[in-house]
Amino acid sequence: MKKKTIIIVTIISLVLAFAPLFIKNTSTLTILCNVLLYIALATSWNILGGFAGQVSLGHSAFFGLGALLTRITWIAGVPLIFSLLLGAIVAVLFSLLIGSPAFKLKGAYFTIGTLALGQVLFATVGNIFSTSSTLPPEALRNYDLTPRYYLFLVVALLAFVTTYVLTSSRFGLGLKAVREEEDAAESLGVNAFKHKLLALVVSAFFTGLAGGAFAYFHVGYYPQYPFSPVWSLDPQMMTFIGGTGTIIGPVIGAIFFVVLKQYMSLNFGEFHLLIFGTLFILVVLFLPTGLVGLWSKVQKIKLFKPKAQEQKPNV
Amino acid sequence: MIQSLSQNLVYGILIGALYGLAAVGLSLVFGVTKLLNVSHGELLMLGGYASFWVFKLLGIDPFVSIPLTILFLLLIGVLLYKVIFSRIVTFDIENKIKNSLLVGFGLSIVLQNVVLLLWTADHRSIKTSYSGQALTMLGIRLPVVRLVSLGITLIAVIGLHFFLKKTYFGKAIRATVENWEAASLMGINVHKVYLVSFIVGCALAGVAGTLVTLSYSIDPSMGLEWTLKGLVVMVLGGLGNMIGTFVGGIILGLTESATGFFIGGNYREIAGLVLFILVLIFKPQGLFGIKEK
Repeated sequence: MKKKTIIIVTIISLVLAFAPLFIKNTSTLTILCNVLLYIALATSWNILGGFAGQVSLGHSAFFGLGALLTRITWIAGVPLIFSLLLGAIVAVLFSLLIGSPAFKLKGAYFTIGTLALGQVLFATVGNIFSTSSTLPPEALRNYDLTPRYYLFLVVALLAFVTTYVLTSSRFGLGLKAVREEEDAAESLGVNAFKHKLLALVVSAFFTGLAGGAFAYFHVGYYPQYPFSPVWSLDPQMMTFIGGTGTIIGPVIGAIFFVVLKQYMSLNFGEFHLLIFGTLFILVVLFLPTGLVGLWSKVQKIKLFKPKAQEQKPNV
Repeated sequence: MIQSLSQNLVYGILIGALYGLAAVGLSLVFGVTKLLNVSHGELLMLGGYASFWVFKLLGIDPFVSIPLTILFLLLIGVLLYKVIFSRIVTFDIENKIKNSLLVGFGLSIVLQNVVLLLWTADHRSIKTSYSGQALTMLGIRLPVVRLVSLGITLIAVIGLHFFLKKTYFGKAIRATVENWEAASLMGINVHKVYLVSFIVGCALAGVAGTLVTLSYSIDPSMGLEWTLKGLVVMVLGGLGNMIGTFVGGIILGLTESATGFFIGGNYREIAGLVLFILVLIFKPQGLFGIKEK
C-alpha cells in the first residue's frame, strides 16, 4: 500500500470510529452496520473468489455456522469474544473438512459443488432448528446498537487489512499465479492446493466472524436464515461489480449495494435486486474488472492529456 | 407398509420424470454449447406462469396450451441468446462455462424479481376439472394429471433422442459436439447449431414448467431448487446422453422418495444434494456417461 492509501484508510477508519458519537439516529447507524457487514462479507469472499479465482457459492455455510455457534453460546452466557471466536473456528474447521474434496473440482464444478454443499446445510439447519431465535428479555431491554456497530467495524477492518497483507506478500503472488494458470504455477514450484486451501481458510474465518457479528446484531431471526444462498450470491455480485481480485473493489461493491437497496426500498420496493442483477450481468459481459477497472480506465484518459501537453515545449 | 412404500416409490418415479425433463434441457444446452445456464430453473418457472395465465385468463387447458408455452419459451430463448449468451459462446471452453454460470446467476435474480414484481410471491398451481381424478392399480393411486405428464415427458425425451440421432440437423448438432472446428469446416453453421440447441433447451424447460404447475406449484423463488435438480440429474446421467439423463432423473426421484419414506420428508432434498456431491467427486463423468478425454 502506498503511503497515501494508508493515510486515507486510517482517516476513514477514524471517522467511522467516531461516527456513533455524532450519529444518534438509529436507522442511519443500522445502515452503516449493514454496509460494514457486507464489506466484511464481500472482502472475505474476494480472498477465495477473487484472488484465488475459486468462485465459491458455499460461503453461506461459513456465515451460517459462525452465526449459529455464536448465537447459541452467547445466549447461553459465554463471553461474546469467545463465542465469536468459536463461531469463526467452527467455520474454519468446516472449510478444512470440505477443502480437499472441493478443490478436486475445477472451475464451474467447484462453484456448483459448493452451492450444493451450502444448500445441504441450509436444509439441514432448517430441519433441526425450526423455531425462531429471539434474544432473552433481559438482553432485549439492554439492547444497544453502538457495540454492534463497533464489532462490525472491527471485523470489516480486520478482513480488509488481512486481505491487503496476504495479497501483497509472497503468498499473494503465488495465489495469483494459481488463479491465472494452475499447471504453470505448479511447474514453477507453487503448491496450488496449499495456496487455495489457505485462501479458503482465511476466507471462511472472516465469513464466520461476520456471521457471529450478525448473530450478535439481530434481535430475532430463524437460525436457517444466515445459511440462505443469498449470503453467497450477494457477496459474489458485490465483489464482481466492485472489481474482483482487487482490494478496494468489494468495499465499493458493498457500499453500492447497500445504498442502492436503501434508496430503492424507499421508492420502488424490491427493485434493487433487479438493477443489481442486471448490473452484474453487464459487468461479467463487458467490464470484467468491475467499477475499479472503469475508474482506472477513466484515470488513464485524464493522465494522457497532461503528458501530451508536457511534450509540447520540447518540440 | 409395502403398499405405502410402493406408493411412495411410484410418486418418486413420477416426479423423477419431471427432474429428468428439466435436466435434459439443461444437459442439451451444456452438452452442445458448453454454456452452463443456471437460470434454467427460472425458464421453467416462466413456462409454468405462461400456462397458468393462459389457463386463468383464457381458460385453455394447460395440456392443450403446451405448444403456446413452447413458442413463448422459444422466443425468450432467442432473446436471451442474441442479447446475452451469443457474447460468451465464442470464448474458450473454461471461460465459457465460468462466464455463463455467472451471467446465469445474474439472470436468475433478474427473472425472479421481474416475476415477483409482476405477479407477487404467491404460490400458484393449476386446478383443472380432472385434477382430483386418479386410477388405482394394485392399491396404488395413479393421479391422471401425473400420468399424462409422464406421457408428455416421455414423448419429449424420446422425440429429442430421435431428433439428435436420426435427423440431418441432429447430426449437425452431434458433429458440433464432437469437434466444432471440423464441423464448421464441413459447412455446418455452428452458430445456428448453438442457437437451436439453446432455444430447444429453453422450450424443454417451459414444458417441464407447465407440468410442474399442474401437479405441484410454482412461485418466483422456485428457480434455484429446480436448477439444482437439473444439475444433479445432469451429473448423475452423464453428459451427451439424453436417455441416461432421463434415467438419472428417475433415480433422483426414487432416492428422494425413499429418503422421505425411511428418514423423513424434510430430508428428501438433502439426499439428492449429497448424492450429487458424491458423484461430482467420485464419478464426474456420471453414472451413464462416456468417459471424457
